[in-house]
Amino acid sequence: MTEPVAEPLLHGVIAEFVTPDGLVAACKKAHAAGYRRMDAYTPYPLEEAADAIGFEKTQVPLLTLIGGILGGLSGYLLQFWVHTMAYPINVGGRPEHSWPSFIIITFEMTILFAGITAVVGMLTLNGLPQPYHPIFNHPRFTAASRDRFFLCIEAADPKFDLDQTTQFLKATDAIDVAEVAD
Amino acid sequence: MAQVPETKPSATLERLLPGQSPVLTPGHTLETITDKIVSIVLRRPVTLGWLGGFALFFGLMNLLLFAMAYLFFRGVGIWGINIPVGWGFAIVNFVWWVGIGHAGTLISAILLLLKQGWRNSINRFAEAMTLFAVACAGVFPLIHTGRPWLAYWLFPYPNTMGVWPQFRSPLLWDVFAVSTYATISALFWFVGLIPDLATFRDSATNPVAKTIYGLLAMGWRGSARHWKRYESAYLLLAGLATPLVLSVHTVVSFDFAVSILPGWHTTVFPPYFVAGAIYSGFAMVLVLAIPIRRFYGVQDMMTLRHLDNAAKVMLGTGLIVAYGYTMEAFYAYYSGNAYELFMFKNRLLGPMAWSYWCLILFNILIPQVLWIRKVRLNPAMLFCTSLVILLGMWLERFVIVVTSLHRDFLPSSWGMYVATRWDYAIFAGTLGLFFSAMFLFVRLMPMITIFEMRMLLPQSKLSEEVAAHD
Repeated sequence: MTEPVAEPLLHGVIAEFVTPDGLVAACKKAHAAGYRRMDAYTPYPLEEAADAIGFEKTQVPLLTLIGGILGGLSGYLLQFWVHTMAYPINVGGRPEHSWPSFIIITFEMTILFAGITAVVGMLTLNGLPQPYHPIFNHPRFTAASRDRFFLCIEAADPKFDLDQTTQFLKATDAIDVAEVAD
Repeated sequence: MAQVPETKPSATLERLLPGQSPVLTPGHTLETITDKIVSIVLRRPVTLGWLGGFALFFGLMNLLLFAMAYLFFRGVGIWGINIPVGWGFAIVNFVWWVGIGHAGTLISAILLLLKQGWRNSINRFAEAMTLFAVACAGVFPLIHTGRPWLAYWLFPYPNTMGVWPQFRSPLLWDVFAVSTYATISALFWFVGLIPDLATFRDSATNPVAKTIYGLLAMGWRGSARHWKRYESAYLLLAGLATPLVLSVHTVVSFDFAVSILPGWHTTVFPPYFVAGAIYSGFAMVLVLAIPIRRFYGVQDMMTLRHLDNAAKVMLGTGLIVAYGYTMEAFYAYYSGNAYELFMFKNRLLGPMAWSYWCLILFNILIPQVLWIRKVRLNPAMLFCTSLVILLGMWLERFVIVVTSLHRDFLPSSWGMYVATRWDYAIFAGTLGLFFSAMFLFVRLMPMITIFEMRMLLPQSKLSEEVAAHD
């Protein structure tokens, strides 16, 4: 009796393009055909590719705003608390709550918190650092950080069908279509 | 399926004036840009020239360590400072180094927001320059405290002594401004590096290099979703860094302007300090860029256009600085205050007058050669002018710090300031720290932003029928 051979797990089907035009046209076509679980890979930021696969809004600006507000508040409140409650010092009879001299540190803390939130937020939402991703199993994928553009329709997509999706991608401007193992 | 189409080498996107160089010399493709920048680090052998230069500056850096060790052993008495001049070289050098850092942020953040595509090839090493300059600057207030091992007292933390820092003091504002500036500059630099580190990871053949660049790239794969969040975060950082950089030298100038000392107590200080910072920073950018583009053969990416533009920025900021000097004189006269007037006369004619007249010569008169187009397009002359400006900007801080302090209100309290060999050793040592860090940087990291250079290619843009929204 032979063991049933397990199908190798599939991450998706990947298509390679030489021009940004070919990639974006294919992305638009795939989105129109109803594919949703897919991603485009480009060697430089190409906003149209993200729009074409239906990713139009990021949370990064909102997070940054919240970080900035928290930073500003904590900066001001720290100074207010130190100079009126924790350790009040009378300097030349001036008021303890001398708000104009607190503005600069409040400003710096706003920038500091907002900046850290923007970077940490961007990395977290992107799921980075990520030690392993199946897309790197594609032997030609190193070109994505050089001069080539890729579109990968993932096997997790409800509309995914190996033969149909491969045929679909072959009908675009792709120069190479291949399966990517998970 | 389509066949591999031929990749056309680039033409140039811009409309050029007669005789103007393009930002990126035509003839590049996505591939050649990547290869050229990657090969500087990953393929080029270490040359004797690099080793010699690095050894020289590394030696100077060791002089810094030695001088600091002796300083910690003996105390700040080894310097030329004493009452009335308590702020000597340490503060002069601090202000000078922080100022140099400003050009890096200006190039990477403000010019990004203003959509100046020419910044793309010089922003990476200018940001590195910012980081290293801020590191050199940070040394000075620390060692000037006399007890650097207690420097953490500057930060607000609950402590057993039950005391808190004085938040109304400009010196504490400075702590927050400079440490925020260092943090945001480091983040900005590192975020910009991530996609290029991924390129390095994918191009490296040496397994150790591949692993290190791979770890630093954190698994970046160029996903369209990632790029979208990345661009959003990068633009936000630029937007945050822009007011930050203007605030940093403003706060540094408050260290002076908030006091009531004649020569320091002036409202023109913040804008003219910021302009001066950018002035000296661009001079340092040129001092670094001119040899780099020659030795690494990247004249096609850092073209004469970049040198020309940087020279124009220097000319403009230099004129703002000249306006600042004029206003200082005018305020002294218009204040009608005997101490202000004396301070200014003493600056022009007193025992330190040589420093003021050298300052006018180096910072205002000589840089006027930048009006001449031939000078702006001649790397050697531009290099020399930049050195003169760097020296001039150092003298500016010397004049502000020393000539204002050495004549106190009462003649019985007057004094003189003479720097000692330890003052010079520590200053030279920070130059060693700065340049040895730059030497390492050009050999270990992509000194030109690869992904932003790709965006300068005409073939990186979508054609109109594809870009059209349907």
